[in-house]
Amino acid sequence: MTRPCLATGARLRYDEVREEHLLLVPEGAVRLNRTAAEVLELCDGERSLDEIVGALSVRYARADLRDDVRRVVDAMAARGLVVDAAA
Amino acid sequence: MRQHRPSTLIAELSYQCPLHCPYCSNPLDIGGEKYRRELETEHWIRTFREARRLGVLQLALTGGEPMLRGDLVELCAASRDAGLYSSLITAGTLFTRERAEALKSAGLDHVQISIQSPNADENDRIAGNRSFEKKIAAARLAKQLDFALTINCVLHRQNLDRIAEVLDLALELGAQRLELANTQYYGWAVANQEALLPSPKQLRRAEEAVQRFRERVGPKVDVLWVLPDFYEDLPKPCMGGWGRTAMVVAPNGDVLPCHAAATIPGLEFANVREHPLEWIWSSSDAFVRFRGTDWMQEPCRTCPLGRQEVDWGGCRCQALRLTGDAAATDPVCRFSRHHDRVISARESAQTDEFVYRTMKRPVRN
Ligand code: SF4
Ligand code: SF4
Repeated sequence: MTRPCLATGARLRYDEVREEHLLLVPEGAVRLNRTAAEVLELCDGERSLDEIVGALSVRYARADLRDDVRRVVDAMAARGLVVDAAA
Repeated sequence: MRQHRPSTLIAELSYQCPLHCPYCSNPLDIGGEKYRRELETEHWIRTFREARRLGVLQLALTGGEPMLRGDLVELCAASRDAGLYSSLITAGTLFTRERAEALKSAGLDHVQISIQSPNADENDRIAGNRSFEKKIAAARLAKQLDFALTINCVLHRQNLDRIAEVLDLALELGAQRLELANTQYYGWAVANQEALLPSPKQLRRAEEAVQRFRERVGPKVDVLWVLPDFYEDLPKPCMGGWGRTAMVVAPNGDVLPCHAAATIPGLEFANVREHPLEWIWSSSDAFVRFRGTDWMQEPCRTCPLGRQEVDWGGCRCQALRLTGDAAATDPVCRFSRHHDRVISARESAQTDEFVYRTMKRPVRN
């Protein structure tokens, strides 16, 4: 995965009613924890995986978040919800 | 009991439709007086906002043919404003470039186009008009405009053997979802049951084809395939349970717990012209009547499998149709004393002739 981006039609949204982060997809919604929501927000098809990790590390005082980012991106890609913009 | 929030609003914008599908889920009296006065734009827009406040996330714009509503673009914009994810459920024949582009800019998220068969002539015979070429053009256009695209095909005895072609067509069109919807027997499908019920062998072969496709293609096309409950011996939770996840708003503004609820005699439907959606969801007769488990009779009440909160007793409309009592256990269930009626329906006489959906009630019923 070089430059991950959300699949066509997938849209991030914070649901004020249920107070949770969601990835809205055709006829469904995937519940996200805060980390997953932050990772997916950075999956814009421009940034590489390294750049996503970098951006998050700055936010979280340099903690190495590589594994977390990988896990989120891989899990979403397996469901077809994240695709590679470079492919 | 904790009350659940709805996540889906199904907005039936109009019962008008250029097609005549013999399995259409719309009621048999679509042409009747009570549906003549379609809901005004401002009522729809207010309903969308109230739905979001209730917790609704998904809005299905459907019908009939929703593209026949002149204010569709405005409604899509209102849906986006309200914070809903919108799907257009269309037969595709009116999906012209000009309108599609307007819908895209208004914020429509997802387009679902139905095909009746992957074969042009068969599609047109089932739909009751020439529509195949327009549907294919619509799917390509939706793709070009970068809409999320679902292809939907309602399955029955007369097209199930073409399932491999349906799968390949969806792949070729670039659909990210394929909804293989085995016919549900309500609405017009009841009048056509003998022409639609498949053989168990057809279903088995179709299921195998789906499996092979999934292995070959992977997550690129999400194939939704659900075995029709008629061929099982435990029911499904109809609509995710009565009054638990979804609301259907008919073209006249009546709010129903499911598409077919209007067939249940004595059920009173509140209308969005007169009541806030919140009240309709929490307190109207139609939503309260079969919500939860208190209304259940035997055998559900003392279910040997403890499935009361798994399947919620199955489908109320099916219970009514096959037993005459909407509060009975769904006869798909093997514990129902009417289960034999489901078994014998599977073996019912067969015909290839359709009763087409029109604005007039069918003669045969
Ligand atoms: S099922 Fe067929 S007839 Fe019914 S609304 Fe859809 S396209 Fe029209
Ligand atoms: S008896 Fe009722 S609750 Fe039990 S499986 Fe059958 S339908 Fe479901």
